[in-house]
Amino acid sequence: MINPVPAARSALQHLSSIVWLLIDTVREMGDTMLRGRFPFRMSIFFAQTDRTGVGSIPLVALVSFFIGLTMSILTGYQLEPFGQERLVPPLISIAFTRELGPLMTGIMLAARIGAAYTAELGTMTVAEEVEAIEAMGLGPLRFLVSPRVLAVFLLMPCLSVVSTLMAMTGGALISRWAFDIPLQIFAESSLEHLLARDIIAGVVKSFLFGLIIGLVSCYKGLTVRGGAAGVGTATTSSVVTAITTVIGFDTLINIVLVALFDQ
Amino acid sequence: MNPEPAPAPSDDSTVVELDDVHLSFGDKEILRGVDLTLAPRERLLVLGQSGGGKSTLLRLILGILKPTSGSVKFKGLEVTRMGRRRLNKMRQKIGMVYQNSALISSLSVRDNLALPLEELTDKTTGEIDELIEQKLEMVGMVDARDKMPAELSGGMRKRIGLARGIIMDPELILYDEPSAGLDPVISSVIDELIISLSEKIGATSIIVTHEMESAFRIATRMAMLFKGVIIADDTPENFRDHPHPVVAQFISGDTKGPILEGETTGTE
Repeated sequence: MINPVPAARSALQHLSSIVWLLIDTVREMGDTMLRGRFPFRMSIFFAQTDRTGVGSIPLVALVSFFIGLTMSILTGYQLEPFGQERLVPPLISIAFTRELGPLMTGIMLAARIGAAYTAELGTMTVAEEVEAIEAMGLGPLRFLVSPRVLAVFLLMPCLSVVSTLMAMTGGALISRWAFDIPLQIFAESSLEHLLARDIIAGVVKSFLFGLIIGLVSCYKGLTVRGGAAGVGTATTSSVVTAITTVIGFDTLINIVLVALFDQ
Repeated sequence: MNPEPAPAPSDDSTVVELDDVHLSFGDKEILRGVDLTLAPRERLLVLGQSGGGKSTLLRLILGILKPTSGSVKFKGLEVTRMGRRRLNKMRQKIGMVYQNSALISSLSVRDNLALPLEELTDKTTGEIDELIEQKLEMVGMVDARDKMPAELSGGMRKRIGLARGIIMDPELILYDEPSAGLDPVISSVIDELIISLSEKIGATSIIVTHEMESAFRIATRMAMLFKGVIIADDTPENFRDHPHPVVAQFISGDTKGPILEGETTGTE
């Protein structure tokens, strides 16, 4: 059985290290800007945005389409006996805009991009490439961490939008076929019930999840020890930690939002 | 325990100065009071067993590791008290050549060499390319300019690592096992390169190795690190017939002696 005290201490140590990683990265970026230079290489940033954003669209779109479709058909069949299947469009739009879009995208990005970042930085750490960058006085955090974290931070909201739209598309198509809800009615009903706070909650969550995934994966990569096996362990740990943290923060935000606005 | 050091240069002519440096990782004591000074243009060779703290010494000089206690100075400036900005500035004057080259695998040879120039200087692309050409010529690797590190052999990567180490014309070059794992011919090529680079750019060098042939070929001064302290610090000539039993055993490669017994029978 896991002893909770050392486990909690270790979790707090990791959390503080991740916060310091963010602070040190911002400081290194600041130092570089004070020298009148751009804080990171734009070429690396664009390569990372391409990989994180464009590269993730097929996965996010396909998974969200099927989840939206499945959710619509299952809830529709439950509501149909009561004549309430018209509630399917708002249910899908609110659930995905506020909750499932950012959450599913976060989980998919943690698995796809977080794992890649950790493996990449972990291999660089093991091969002393990160230390070589530090030894040259370049600042490895602003050079390696900042473009990656910024890419996933900025692209998460965009991918959440893709996720929500694709889920609604899936939901609309199945609702047309199974419950005779016209596509236009589905769209109008979805928009009608959607509140600004749902959209804001979704956007805020997306930015936060992006930051969590970026920082956790880079931290895990930069702290790899023990060669190839260490990279493998760190990559698994990165995905598990990022997904757990994303779900944990999602719950926390939901509790806060419900307490503040939904009563 | 510490021997009489080799003639110490005066303060203003000292490039590196380590004074009573201790370093521990948890309960494990790696360095137990290292004293070392290095004059300009010297090629100090640090000998010692694998895992004995030789590479750690280089990381202490670069400020990548902080000692548990003691002082590490580069050109009179205390490295242990430097903030990130001053450390980065100091590191621009030091070239580090890694055992496994540590070239950035996602960048071509040209981009690996250009990286510090592009990030830290205001040189134009033309000037940078000219410098890269010049350094690649010095290590005899002009043809590898557009290759990726994965396309190069171990010896070629070492030479590119050397070129990157000197790209900023450093005042101090640190070599971590530069000829480890290379065949004797390539190993000699690397040794000659170290000597010629040190003479051409007038840099001071610290070379960490346990390859005895390379050691005597390169060094102008040698030091032996054993059990966390410098037990001998002398000229290569005196090292060949050194009276210290640990040094004698290390140089002869004999299996019988104080190294494997884990005890020293005396100091220099």
